[in-house]
Amino acid sequence: MEAKKEIVQKLQQDILLWQGFKPKSAGKAERIGLGEIEDAFPGGIFPKKAIHEFITLYPEHAAASDGFIAGLLSVLMENGAACVWVSTSRNLFPASLSLFNVETERIIFMDVQTEKDVLWITEEALKCEGLAAVVAEVNNVSLIESRRLQLAVENSGVTGFILRKDGNKKASTVATARWKISPLPSDTEDGMPGLGFPRWQVELLKVRNGNPGTFILEWAGERFVEVKEVQTPTMWSDLEDRQIG
Amino acid sequence: MQKRFVSIWFRQLLAEWQLIRRPELAEVPFVFSAPDHGRMMITAVSPLAFSFGVEVGMRAADAKAICPGLEILDDKPGRAKKLLKGLGEWCVRYSPVVAIDEFGMDGLLLDISGCAHLWGGEREYLKEIVSRLKSKGYTVRLAIADTPGAAWAVSHYGKLTPLIPTGAHVDALLALEPDALRLEASTLTKLRKLGFYQIKSFIGMPRSILRRRFGEDFLLRLAQAIGTETEVLVPLQVPVPFSERLACLEPIKTKVGIEIAVTKMLESLCKRMQAEGQGLRTGILTGYRIDGKIVQVSIGTSAATHSISHLFKLFELKIDQIRPGLGIELFVLDAPKVDDVQIAQEEMWTSTPGLDDQSVIRLLDRVAGKVGPQAIQRYLPATRFWPERSVFRAASITEKSVSSWRVDKPRPTELLKNPAPIEVMALIPDHPPKFFIYNGVRHLITKADGPERIEREWWLDQGEHRDYYQVEDEQGSRYWLFRSGHYGGDEKYQWFIHGFFA
Repeated sequence: MEAKKEIVQKLQQDILLWQGFKPKSAGKAERIGLGEIEDAFPGGIFPKKAIHEFITLYPEHAAASDGFIAGLLSVLMENGAACVWVSTSRNLFPASLSLFNVETERIIFMDVQTEKDVLWITEEALKCEGLAAVVAEVNNVSLIESRRLQLAVENSGVTGFILRKDGNKKASTVATARWKISPLPSDTEDGMPGLGFPRWQVELLKVRNGNPGTFILEWAGERFVEVKEVQTPTMWSDLEDRQIG
Repeated sequence: MQKRFVSIWFRQLLAEWQLIRRPELAEVPFVFSAPDHGRMMITAVSPLAFSFGVEVGMRAADAKAICPGLEILDDKPGRAKKLLKGLGEWCVRYSPVVAIDEFGMDGLLLDISGCAHLWGGEREYLKEIVSRLKSKGYTVRLAIADTPGAAWAVSHYGKLTPLIPTGAHVDALLALEPDALRLEASTLTKLRKLGFYQIKSFIGMPRSILRRRFGEDFLLRLAQAIGTETEVLVPLQVPVPFSERLACLEPIKTKVGIEIAVTKMLESLCKRMQAEGQGLRTGILTGYRIDGKIVQVSIGTSAATHSISHLFKLFELKIDQIRPGLGIELFVLDAPKVDDVQIAQEEMWTSTPGLDDQSVIRLLDRVAGKVGPQAIQRYLPATRFWPERSVFRAASITEKSVSSWRVDKPRPTELLKNPAPIEVMALIPDHPPKFFIYNGVRHLITKADGPERIEREWWLDQGEHRDYYQVEDEQGSRYWLFRSGHYGGDEKYQWFIHGFFA
């Protein structure tokens, strides 16, 4: 029995490894700065060798996702590697990326006409080991297409981010993680007027072999900060469907 | 190396071309005519019409009288040259230097030095050309000699053998008529008047006498035929230093076949380039189809390279554009633009990742080959405040920014290409709005920052300044709004939404 259990465990480890999850290395901890969110992934490590999918229905969500990805890119591109951003209709404003500590010069934008070209470039770029990450804005990805992208990623180790504009949740993909980033009201210190740091509700809708969850995150100038208490204390009278008596 | 030249004379170029196009004309005598001084003069005659006694230079009306059923076709100026150009390009298979015979405008001159042995000798070489052209429908006369002039003379007027051995071209010329020297009509009449019916009767005369009688041009033609003066052929296609050819035994029409051909040519081309420290920047693959058409694809690289696998990948993307038709019998791979290659230090140290990483450059080449180089963009900061102009496209992948990115002012992650007009309610002028309506949705504003006034660059365009506000609505979505122009008075103002913050 013991031997069997060991074999199963070993196989599970292997599968995780093939799917892009690295086991926790003893010496250095490879954190990406997401704090508690990283614990949602198997092994407690953000999978770099994987496809991350972002659902962006509205431009507000797209803007929030752009910011969140830019925050991740600042860590992924730390070693000086370049990043490719593919799109058919790009609204991303390059001048904003420096606010997220990203060196915009090292992002290569590829603006093409068709969705097919976007997927082709994404696959080619994901195979390119000299890159840190690839961001692709698409309307939808089918299962087969996402599987091809995943295969490309497994060989090269480039992180893939896919911004999906189509909200059809039934469309199944083999993405390692599916995220939804929506903006939340920001908070200023001591109720000062004006806007605070960008704050998002980060929904981890799906993680392979991990625990999905919802988190609240803030980009505090140069790193992500997790916001613990978000709900303002609610009054009894505000609560809906409250039972009386 | 001893220079050898071939002269190909198409005896009835236009007539045969017409017969190939319209085989039904084989039974009908026909001529080509062109207007000259208000008359229609005959410029080319079909073999059948010739047998009736119709000749070039007759009036069309006279010819019609001799030969009643004669069909008269219009001759376009420059048609012969166009035909010869096409035939010349086809003849590139026999020699890289092919020139049009500008004198008669009915033949080609080929520099075949060092080419004939590839066909197993000059005799086989000639046979091959004659039979191939015959199968196309052209009757030709050929001659090989040491000079283009002698080859031309023998091909047009020779009676014995078309193969003039090395060094024997002067002897071959002796018995020919002076017409064989490509002379003007007036010079020829003069020569005949004086009784010079063969070249040997004046070839030994002192140059000064000949010059006095017949002029400098005559001497030049004579010297070109003998070989004391070099005749420069103007090649139809300028040969490129890095070029590979692959002739196929069987016509190739499959994708796999083309891929094999490309790999083979790349192997030898890259080996040569590597030995000389050169790398390819532009490559052109030309396929000569058996139906005489030419198919071409080209690639470009952003950095000189002689890597076979990379160049093959670039060609692989383009192979779909090649239409092999009935088959391709000859491939030519040219590298018209080459550069010194930057030898990368490999193995010793792992290369630092970045924009000049080899794999990234290769990726860019492939993308540029597939969707075009204009799709690839990089942005650098411009020292300007106007949001649309605060970034500019880098000219190249290596261009460095001279200024740094500004981080002191908030900028939205998503910027609309064109600001969209919105409806706004503000409590007091110059206060941030209370709510705004965009796309029919009302956004109640809870927090706001601003205004940040950005003046228009008046030296570039006219218009109002913008007062930008950074606002957040109830849901927490953050927007970048601006008011164009001042409040109140007779001036007009309008609110716009310009972007979305993270």
